[in-house]
Amino acid sequence: MLSRRNPQLNRHGELIHLLSIEGLPKSVLTQILDTAGTFLSVNDREVKKVPLLRGKSVFNLFFENSTRTRTTFEIAAKRLSADVINLDIAKSSTAKGESLLDTIANLSAMHADMFIVRHAESGAPYLIAQHVAPHVHVVNAGDGRHAHPTQGLLDMYTIRHFKKDFTQLTVAIVGDIVHSRVARSDIHALTTLGVPEIRAVGPKTLVPGDLAGMGVRVCHSMEEGIKDADVVIMLRLQNERMSGAMLPSAGEFYKSYGLTPEKLALAKPDCIVMHPGPINRGVEIDSSVADGAHSVILPQVTFGIAVRMAVMSTIAGNQA
Amino acid sequence: MLQLDAESLYAQLLAGVRPLLKSGAVLVGVWSGGAWLAERLQRDLGLPGGEKGYGVISSTLHRDDFGARGLASGTDPTRLPFATEGQHIVLLDDVLYTGRTIRAVINELFDFGRPASVTLAVLVDRGGRELPVSAAFSAAKIALPATQKLSLDRQADGRLRFSVTGADPRAAAA
Repeated sequence: MLSRRNPQLNRHGELIHLLSIEGLPKSVLTQILDTAGTFLSVNDREVKKVPLLRGKSVFNLFFENSTRTRTTFEIAAKRLSADVINLDIAKSSTAKGESLLDTIANLSAMHADMFIVRHAESGAPYLIAQHVAPHVHVVNAGDGRHAHPTQGLLDMYTIRHFKKDFTQLTVAIVGDIVHSRVARSDIHALTTLGVPEIRAVGPKTLVPGDLAGMGVRVCHSMEEGIKDADVVIMLRLQNERMSGAMLPSAGEFYKSYGLTPEKLALAKPDCIVMHPGPINRGVEIDSSVADGAHSVILPQVTFGIAVRMAVMSTIAGNQA
Repeated sequence: MLQLDAESLYAQLLAGVRPLLKSGAVLVGVWSGGAWLAERLQRDLGLPGGEKGYGVISSTLHRDDFGARGLASGTDPTRLPFATEGQHIVLLDDVLYTGRTIRAVINELFDFGRPASVTLAVLVDRGGRELPVSAAFSAAKIALPATQKLSLDRQADGRLRFSVTGADPRAAAA
């Protein structure tokens, strides 16, 4: 899918679209995290808005529903002073048979400057990025099972905020990894940022076998997986993506892989617990853990806005 | 070759800023050169509050060349450890040139509240203004061609030094 030059970067190596964390150099990731730190402090001001995207139009194109991600992109764009247009695409032209590229061509004729795209098909944001005018930027807000790069970046921001240094950490990603674009983006980002031990924890049916090739330690036992971890990233059990009998039942899953206080006690005492949301209490995570002292699930949401502001302002400032 | 002694200019700035300090005025330095000046003036003028007595301001989020140059990387974020509402503020910068940085930082400042007044003091006014901005005090006024860049560095021992880079077309013509 990737052409010879990474389509996210211009010839100076600057980010012009954010499609996947895979293939992005550490310097680009670090710069986004640093920029996000600046935007986080904008929330403390009397005027919680900066004019970087004033006069620009950001189109939220969610071919797949997600209220939360769409809302955080909308807030981020508005804090950058952009005009935000939300398209309920599932109910509009696509339903009438218009092709993806025709939809994009029409919206481009309405002077769009940036598309935030979520699509059930892996690679859809790449296709769009290859067909937009040079001044138009594309952000992947989740494509199929492939990537969710802004979630990956906000997870990295959260880890750096609480743990400072990536190079001494053990990070366990637990649950439905096979369906998770978040897990894939996290693994690429953690690897690029120098995390020495990344573990993928879950039953054989939900952990892809090729992960070992990415330098990930695959653990089918929860105890082995979270022992001495500094960071535990729980994933949502994606019932809507399950086909066939990949799991005996949600109850069985909770018994083996649900994060309870007892299992969390195996991790480091200052371990942080993350989750991309929405959480299924009593399915992958116990309520007392989700609301407990180790949980940083709500700070993740706050950081997510600053990270999305950083991504949008970075790509908007770079020329194709 | 132009020589500017940053240390003796700083001594003049120290004397020039004193009368600008209305009652309760605070220093705010423009990142990065102006921030060094604010830090040092805070100490040398014996102003209250120590480290939390002066502010640092960045032009990054309000720059007018964002569309052409993108986000500046490597700038510190704005840090104003006091309420700016109703406050007299003395803004400090190393070099005053087009006035665009000052326009941007005044916008940034107003995102935090409405100051009572904003006064500007600089080490060097190099001319070339493109906006109606002027300094209440400048330790030196010089004319530099647009091809040259004047920048302030802070050495390991804390001493300040100016350097001029780029060709002077007048020298080539002579």
